[in-house]
Amino acid sequence: METSLELKEVQKLEGHTDRVWSLDWNPATGHDGIPLVFASCSGDKTVRIWEQNLSTNLFSCKATLEETHTRTVRSCAWSPTGKLLATASFDATTAIWENVGGDFECVSTLEGHENEVKSVSWNAAGTLLATCSRDKSVWIWEVQPGNEFECVSVLQGHTQDVKMVRWHPTEDILFSCSYDNNIKVWADEGDSDDWQCVQTLGEPNNGHTSTVWALSFNPSGDKMVTCSDDLTLKVWGTESIGMQSGGGFAPWRHLCTLTGYHERTIFSVHWSRGGIFASGAADDAIRLFVDDNSESQIVDASHSIKKHVTIDQTLLLAYDIG
Amino acid sequence: MVTGLINANPIIYEKKQRQQRSTQSLQGDEYTVEPIDHLEVFDILFANFHFCFAFTFIGYRDIKDPEHPYSLEELKVITEEAVEVNDQNSYVRVTFTPTVEHCSMATIIGLCLRVKLLRSLPSRYKVDIRVAPGSHATEAAVNKQLNDKERVAAALENPNLVDMVDECLAPSYE
Repeated sequence: METSLELKEVQKLEGHTDRVWSLDWNPATGHDGIPLVFASCSGDKTVRIWEQNLSTNLFSCKATLEETHTRTVRSCAWSPTGKLLATASFDATTAIWENVGGDFECVSTLEGHENEVKSVSWNAAGTLLATCSRDKSVWIWEVQPGNEFECVSVLQGHTQDVKMVRWHPTEDILFSCSYDNNIKVWADEGDSDDWQCVQTLGEPNNGHTSTVWALSFNPSGDKMVTCSDDLTLKVWGTESIGMQSGGGFAPWRHLCTLTGYHERTIFSVHWSRGGIFASGAADDAIRLFVDDNSESQIVDASHSIKKHVTIDQTLLLAYDIG
Repeated sequence: MVTGLINANPIIYEKKQRQQRSTQSLQGDEYTVEPIDHLEVFDILFANFHFCFAFTFIGYRDIKDPEHPYSLEELKVITEEAVEVNDQNSYVRVTFTPTVEHCSMATIIGLCLRVKLLRSLPSRYKVDIRVAPGSHATEAAVNKQLNDKERVAAALENPNLVDMVDECLAPSYE
């Protein structure tokens, strides 16, 4: 299958004074006349909110969230309604921000991790939040009225620094990936916050052989792609989408490994809505992959651009190309 | 803070004769990684029987070691051969050999190496730091930590660690 895709830089945004580690699009924006918004977070300890101008299509910085985190802000995530922004920091806290009439206020601070928080993720319903840390644990927090957050579970299992947590797009199943080279899947076994590790995807399962840095689901949630310091990307699949509906948890299995596309650590991967996923690596390259859905589940690399990136080696999430 | 030396009788190698290089020779020179030439050694305390050297290094060839009047080059911790530079690909790899196999200061040494290179090389450079194969009991673990960008960044936000690194990299005048 021949697919020709091209990545074109449309704008370079300046403002942060240190490395930009991550960003997230606000899901409630970019349609119905609402200007597209995204948040970026940085080693300069701040978070910046950027908004696209509807006529010029150019982004500008609308707000800088500062004087809250005392160390690098490592990742950020908008709640599904776009009303709240969670920011995870090396200062061991996760801050929750609310947009109050154009100004962002820190309405809650989640403490508990022993050291650097690496990632934060909201579940599809916006009722649960997950965080992970170098302290090897994954925490699950329940969102309560009045912007209160209650920790309902502290998940131990990883033997090293946990790099990222991501909720499944439709089910309340949590995925984490770690410096211990494993991906872990966590589900609530009963109804009473009994969160357990229901699967570990490691070397015996055709898993990664070094730190797993990121994971991302396809829109239908039956496939996931992971990327690693072992220089590969791996695609995983599961049998059924309705994993919790009566039948219990359906395990994930390795579908294919993409090797030879990057020469250095692959830090980021993201599956966009158009059936394309993109990877970003320390070799300064962004590569796009198309899932052609053939029986052998082979994905083809369609384009590669190499661009010197001085500050940001984190993949910019692909703009929704429909 | 000092309770003793791990390596009371280090093996000393003959120091190479090398002419002084100017910083102008940075571009296109195979041995552009000048900063790691000069090292300074001092002791660090550990609570148990296991001691180790901490290495400090500076931009010029004066090395001061209160315990041993020898440089890290003479101790063969870093040699010219251990520095691989590919300027065209903006790539540097440094291989260093801690003097003792269980040297728990290996990660500090590695961090100092990385910071020194970060401060001295153009930003386009990709740097790999590793312990010489076979030279350390947990070399895979040390190498992994030294080359984890996020772990390094977090470590460099620790003021105590930064102070230690800065002290290691500070010039010393005889």
